[in-house]
Amino acid sequence: MSAAASAPGEAAAAHAARLKRVNDAIALRQPDHVPVIYHTQFWHARMAGMNYRRAMYDYQALMDTCRDVLLDLQPDMYASPMRPALGPTLDAVGYKQLEWPGHGTSDDAMFQYLDREYMKADEYKEFLFDPSGFFLSKYLPRIGTAFEGLENLPSIPNLYYGRMFGVLSKFADPKVVAALDALRKAGEESARLGACMGAFADEMDKLGFPQSQGVACSSPYDYFGDQFRGSKGILLDMYRRKDELLAALEKAAVFITQHTVASALNHPCKMIFIPIHWAMDSFMSLAQFKTFFWPPFRKVLLGLIEAGLTPVAFWESTCTTRLEVIADIPRGKAIYWFEGTDMLRAKEVLGDVACIRGNVPASMLNTGRPEEVDAYCRMLIEKVGKGGGFILDGACGIPDEARPENVKAMFASVRKYAA
Amino acid sequence: MKEQEQQLIDALAEMREDEALALAKTMLDRGDNPVRVLELCREAMDIVGKRFEKQEYFLPELVLAGEMLETIGALAKPLIVQSAGGEAKKLGRVLVGTVHGDLHDIGKNIVTFMLDINGYEVRDIGIDVPVKKFLDEIREFKPAVVALSGFLTLAFDSMKETVQAIEKEGLREGMKIMIGGGQVDDAVRSYTGADAYGSNAVAAVTLCRQWIPAAA
Repeated sequence: MSAAASAPGEAAAAHAARLKRVNDAIALRQPDHVPVIYHTQFWHARMAGMNYRRAMYDYQALMDTCRDVLLDLQPDMYASPMRPALGPTLDAVGYKQLEWPGHGTSDDAMFQYLDREYMKADEYKEFLFDPSGFFLSKYLPRIGTAFEGLENLPSIPNLYYGRMFGVLSKFADPKVVAALDALRKAGEESARLGACMGAFADEMDKLGFPQSQGVACSSPYDYFGDQFRGSKGILLDMYRRKDELLAALEKAAVFITQHTVASALNHPCKMIFIPIHWAMDSFMSLAQFKTFFWPPFRKVLLGLIEAGLTPVAFWESTCTTRLEVIADIPRGKAIYWFEGTDMLRAKEVLGDVACIRGNVPASMLNTGRPEEVDAYCRMLIEKVGKGGGFILDGACGIPDEARPENVKAMFASVRKYAA
Repeated sequence: MKEQEQQLIDALAEMREDEALALAKTMLDRGDNPVRVLELCREAMDIVGKRFEKQEYFLPELVLAGEMLETIGALAKPLIVQSAGGEAKKLGRVLVGTVHGDLHDIGKNIVTFMLDINGYEVRDIGIDVPVKKFLDEIREFKPAVVALSGFLTLAFDSMKETVQAIEKEGLREGMKIMIGGGQVDDAVRSYTGADAYGSNAVAAVTLCRQWIPAAA
């Protein structure tokens, strides 16, 4: 364990220095050195020899392993190990969109999302007319057993004057009562997780480590593709139901922004993590990207920025052909984290627009040698970090299987090389 | 070629789904040879594949093309009189699957589709495929190429394990192994011991063309 667990004054100074370093990078100023962020799924737990089942169910053990890693690596920021949903919450909701250890995957396998159709093609009209009604009556019972029964609730706009009294008995429907009871239990578990999250954040603050993300959200296209229509569904909708899809994306942009801004009010960290799955060069043409993906997503980005939040858009895979398009946002207000995108080209196009983050390849961290990692980080720091506006990270954070000596080489590099 | 036949090819290749399906239905209803209708579909898919290779078409077009093909196939196949000419000769066998621990299938499906429309006999054995299943399928199907797919970083180890098992069982002789998906690159290829990696479905087709002589 390193010297970071030191006097409170020193930790507070380290906290302030780290925050300033990252804020300088976001504002496209040159920090004292390139900041580096610790973001992973469960690398700390795996390094401690924990299997995925324990990592997803034992909050305290998970936090303990993360604390040890932070003290060792000394990152400028970290993403909380406490995800919004871990095993107990998933159990309580009876969540159907993921498989996780003990629920479809083995104790030694990561949780995974199930790409399926959660909204049928002919349900666009219903969604567009009344999203909340659609959620209660169709969507929620499809994604979690705890929600089953909510379809028996009365239609909410029907709750007025005499009509309201006429349908009030539906709140006593046994299925509704059972659903609300199951959701109460899920809510209590979620509150327990939230309390752990808050306590861990406070503890890390005291040790000098700020968080790298508060709440998360999705781009409208990802939201609709991942959570509603499934990959095949949304790809077909681009031809078969173009107008309905565009209307749904437009609508989603508004409420994604509203909900994210409202949730962020209660979170000390104002950086909003936005993982992006469907923007990559190989998935859709540039013309389709400009039609379906970018306009509603840009609306979300502008809405978040206007509310004083910092979007952290994680552009998965390779998005090199999108760079000129996504440069159309206010200067110095967002982080663009790239996985496989050409970083030098990104610097060229976005150097005056957004802070660039990334991108030590997963293959190098998992299978390479520390010297290779060191050389790659040096290249990034010297070339992409030149003039400021760069944060070092893995291409997709630290993969759970990364070799510890490679991770150490990555974190050490920011203190060895100057931009 | 009759004017309507060309129209069917164009409608399919240009993603005019309603027109393509209506034309195919008209042709089949009036008694055109269903094998001929499927040949026209194959010609259209050839154009789709070439446009995908040239990056004029992307996933929405491949998925829609696949859907149109499936719908017309379902209409035409029951009408085919046995031994009416048979299927076109396939170029070689490719076994495709997502390695164990990984449930992702988009990349694998696109590779399967592209290999299929390029004339290969493809057997897709799904996602989260245990090593033993790969071994059993290799023994039974006798592919010229095995394609291992994986999106998550945990797939690196699953791929390595699968490649090693294939080798240990003495099944690698005369067969090539390619890997692809997500974050797979040459470092992962070297780690897993595969013969090559592909960063997209076009690369998968190119590798098969190199490995399986067209005249075979």
